[in-house]
Amino acid sequence: MPLIASKDLMEPKNDKGRKVVIRIEDLRKSFGSNQVLNGFNMVLHQGENLVVMGKSGSGKSVMIKCLVGLMTPDSGYIEVMGREIGALDRQNLDELRSDIGFLFQGSALYDSMTVRENLEFPMRRHKEKLGVVQDTTPLVVEALENVGPGHTMDLMPSELSGGMKRRVALARTLILKPKIILYDEPTSGLDPITAKEIIELMRSIQKKYNTSSLIITHDVDCARVISERMILLVDGINYADGTFSELSSSSDPKVEAFFKK
Amino acid sequence: MAYIVKPVFTTSKMVSRIKKFFIQIGELSYFAGRFFKETFTLPFEFKELLRQCYHMGNRSLVLVVMTNFIIGLVLTLQSRPTMIQFGAVSMMPNMVGISIVREIGPVITALICAGRIASGIGAELGSMRVTEQIDAMEVSGTNPFKYLVVTRILATTLMIPFLVIFGDLIALYGSALVENLKGQVSFQLYFNTVFDALSFGDLIPATIKSFFLVL
Repeated sequence: MPLIASKDLMEPKNDKGRKVVIRIEDLRKSFGSNQVLNGFNMVLHQGENLVVMGKSGSGKSVMIKCLVGLMTPDSGYIEVMGREIGALDRQNLDELRSDIGFLFQGSALYDSMTVRENLEFPMRRHKEKLGVVQDTTPLVVEALENVGPGHTMDLMPSELSGGMKRRVALARTLILKPKIILYDEPTSGLDPITAKEIIELMRSIQKKYNTSSLIITHDVDCARVISERMILLVDGINYADGTFSELSSSSDPKVEAFFKK
Repeated sequence: MAYIVKPVFTTSKMVSRIKKFFIQIGELSYFAGRFFKETFTLPFEFKELLRQCYHMGNRSLVLVVMTNFIIGLVLTLQSRPTMIQFGAVSMMPNMVGISIVREIGPVITALICAGRIASGIGAELGSMRVTEQIDAMEVSGTNPFKYLVVTRILATTLMIPFLVIFGDLIALYGSALVENLKGQVSFQLYFNTVFDALSFGDLIPATIKSFFLVL
């Protein structure tokens, strides 16, 4: 039995009256006979850092892909900043996506472009929003300096280390000044030191830009440092919800399994 | 001991194959329809189209040049003795010119481009899909089908005629080289004879044909 009733998540106790920026209700998604999401519910408040934890293949990435319209759910309701994702046409969806930053698991930098071109790419369709007429260099420099590797501007992604790639990907995510940032396994494939640096970077970005963050991870250290609230995704549902300390001290075997060393 | 011989094609297998065939036809039709729709809707990706034109032309050029040069060279070398036997060696430029411009040049160039470019595109887009670059593109407000697929198909279609004409000239140069070395025919005389034998009616249909060979 789940530790919480799904609908309880709609109004968490520690929301401090903050505005809801993401609302997911009864999300279901299957691939053939494999039911990945089976009635998932979630809300994310403005300025909140919410961590969704789950085993590999539990549907975490599927959930955030449904959130930005990269995948179509079988059923359920997804609302981002007051707009229902399923009801948006392509143009409105693109407009909404400019307010959502997405850091992909493997960085997803474009191989055939330099770091500068990678950062300029999202601006192609949103120059009016950013107030850019011609020269995008100041924005590129600012975004790169925010995450560190300013000198990498003219390098190709293949010339960067894993940590550098993740930083550049984060800079690309920030360049449109999003209100919400979705992190898909931000520390996967990185050594512990670099992972810690990336987590610190995420925290500083959240403070600087007051973004709402949804972090998908199975890295307990990452969750401990960054989470204000956590959801455990088990068997396609939000099995447990609470702060890191609440969940890590739980005696439920399914919850315990995540925090066992 | 009795053996039960299982039929290779059962009815259900046949039905599933026919179903798959029609699904593929449906998918291809959908793809073609989407391609034409996206080609004529805003925004146009001119910069990427030009970049792809450069890549498509540039990537295939060396292969097209080498293959066509060898084709022209070998065709002339192999048919020369027979032409001499029939006393028709003076007709060599006409024969090689017409066969290269009308058939061999477009077919060989189109085959090379289809193999070289298509495999390159397949590998590139496959890798982009696996590394989530296509998803990243979509999230950043760019239509990946328009940016990646339409531009590549258009670039290939636009570059093929140029490659065919260039390939034809190289093949004729290969042929002229053999004639020059073996028959002491000057390059000028060779090319004059070839161009006398050819008309636009030979070149234009062959070039148009190359579009469809690549597609």
